[in-house]
Amino acid sequence: MSNANSSGVLTGSHYLDGDHACSEGAIAAGCRFAAGYPITPSTEVVERIAARFPRVGGRFLQFEDELGASIALLGGAWGGAKAMTVTSGPGFSLMMEHIGYAAITETPCVYINVQRAGPSTGLPTQPAQGDMMQARFGSHGDYRLIALCPNSPQECFDLTVEAFNLAEEFRVPVLVMLDEVVGHMTEKVVIPPAGEIPVSPRRWTKKAPGEFKLFEPAEGSLVPEMTMPGEGHQIHVTGLTHDERGYPNMTIAAHEKMQRRLFDKIVLNADRIVKWEEKDLAGAEVVVVSYGITSRVAEKAIQAAKEKGVKVGSFRLITAWPFPEKQILEMSTKVKAFVVPELNLGQMSLEIERVVGGRCKTVGVPHVGGTVHKPEVILNAILEAVR
Amino acid sequence: MSAAVRENPADKYLRKERMPSIWCPGCGIGTTVNCFTRALDASGYDLEKVAVVSGIGCTGRVAGYLKLDSFHTTHGRAIPFATGLKLARPDLKVVVYSGDGDLSAIGGNHLIHAARRNADLLVVCVNNLTYGMTGGQVTPTTPQPAIASTTPYGAFEQSFNLPHLVASCGGVYVARWTAYHVRQIAKSMGEALQKKGFRFIEIIAPCPTLYLRRNKLGEGLDEMKFYQEKSVVMNGADTREVSLDFRDEIPVGKFVDIERPTLEEAMESQLSKALGAKYVPYSLPVKA
Repeated sequence: MSNANSSGVLTGSHYLDGDHACSEGAIAAGCRFAAGYPITPSTEVVERIAARFPRVGGRFLQFEDELGASIALLGGAWGGAKAMTVTSGPGFSLMMEHIGYAAITETPCVYINVQRAGPSTGLPTQPAQGDMMQARFGSHGDYRLIALCPNSPQECFDLTVEAFNLAEEFRVPVLVMLDEVVGHMTEKVVIPPAGEIPVSPRRWTKKAPGEFKLFEPAEGSLVPEMTMPGEGHQIHVTGLTHDERGYPNMTIAAHEKMQRRLFDKIVLNADRIVKWEEKDLAGAEVVVVSYGITSRVAEKAIQAAKEKGVKVGSFRLITAWPFPEKQILEMSTKVKAFVVPELNLGQMSLEIERVVGGRCKTVGVPHVGGTVHKPEVILNAILEAVR
Repeated sequence: MSAAVRENPADKYLRKERMPSIWCPGCGIGTTVNCFTRALDASGYDLEKVAVVSGIGCTGRVAGYLKLDSFHTTHGRAIPFATGLKLARPDLKVVVYSGDGDLSAIGGNHLIHAARRNADLLVVCVNNLTYGMTGGQVTPTTPQPAIASTTPYGAFEQSFNLPHLVASCGGVYVARWTAYHVRQIAKSMGEALQKKGFRFIEIIAPCPTLYLRRNKLGEGLDEMKFYQEKSVVMNGADTREVSLDFRDEIPVGKFVDIERPTLEEAMESQLSKALGAKYVPYSLPVKA
């Protein structure tokens, strides 16, 4: 870990929306290549990038569609730059193929999705959290990646930096899953001095050409080091199942070896990746599990429930994927119920149910999106759950 | 005493450990790769600074056989990957090597926009008039009324005139040859490698296993004879006049060779004009 390059960092107190905070987070993290295609409610991220990049030595290009944008950033990333793209709803669907390509080629990169209500064109300017399972499994085939869920403009900044760091550490695409409200809400954002922003540089190999294998995990790790073109390594990168040199290998054994490691490098490192925020878990009878804007609404319901004498705690998912299984499992032996409000008809609540395995109740508080929950609905679910 | 076996000059450009290739006997793709290695050889370029990007399909496998930094990307998306790579790494020469279906059907949108914005890429399009990898389906370049597995009663759509498509979108170098024209291909590739901007070379190539067989047109060698007989060199021709019809004459040659600012040049010039001293130009990624 080193620190951000001071030249691009907008140190100070700002009044920013979540989208713009993501742009600043990317710049602070060292992102100097971005590809985009406009789509509401994510466009402000690339608009700010387009305005800021030429002043900090970055390159941004708006592509002809999301298919182009979502692979152009991978070209940029393989070129050696820290790279990202940004989208929402239908654009996220179009980008799925390249999230899979980034996963199999172990390309460090960041995709930001400002979620709107769907399916299809849905409600373009209104919020939802309906892409959480798509974030996990949206591309075909099996793979694991990392998805983060900010609940404020400040966290949009912080988690975008974190997303770039995780992408480098695990050579994996990292998704930053905003929702429209978090993307468009304006709050105070404090950007620290560059020297206080931890930034993970790319893990360049020191091995010589001929010695280095692009897909061989570094010693004592599940993650290979990186190189870039132009250095004599004659790298080969393919979306086909490949061996450690990157050469296509159409055997079951090669597939098992490759796919297993892609899975393990995330799942077995969950403890290093997973972040959450907990409040008042000690002695709680009910724990509200929430993320993104829903966690802000849930706070009011939790407060109201406490005033009614309910012992209620809060567990906020900062990392959605890999899922904080261990933490949920541990709580499930102590509480009566989890209450899970989300702006979809039940996605993360399914995961909680799976982990809980009947040890306690899981009470979903579904909402189709378009707006946020009324706190009373969440309050009623808490009161119901504790009964 | 037997004569010493001379090394094939193409060898040093190939990942020999990956041979034999997947290409069928009589296929034209390998021929074009041979020409490409000759063009590279003649260019004197530092091969460390040449990267190849392919899409999916038979020609999409070219990246995997060339001993260069090489990227085998997704179907249709070699051009935007390459555009990203080139923008991030202006020090590299980036060559896109792919097939007609990959570049002009699923990747058609990227093809026209990369030509429009004059992305600094050399695109080699091996046009075998069919989707080979999936078993010989109709493509946007299959001429009427050729038989393909998905047009079993004959193709009925108008096919693309790729040189015209690329030229009208703004490509700065546009040429077409057939796999018969090995010297001309190598020369054209060499010339195009020296140029900047969006350069497009179409190479008509035989697919004996699917296209030729299904249309009862003989073997790869028969097709070479056909190319020899039917090709008409039309250097500088108006690209509207170079469309391909089924078994008709094949207009070949260099059709376009012009200059205009590349994407990168236009981007830099506009930003520096607008921002003046506030403009911070992009610098190459460095290893921290």
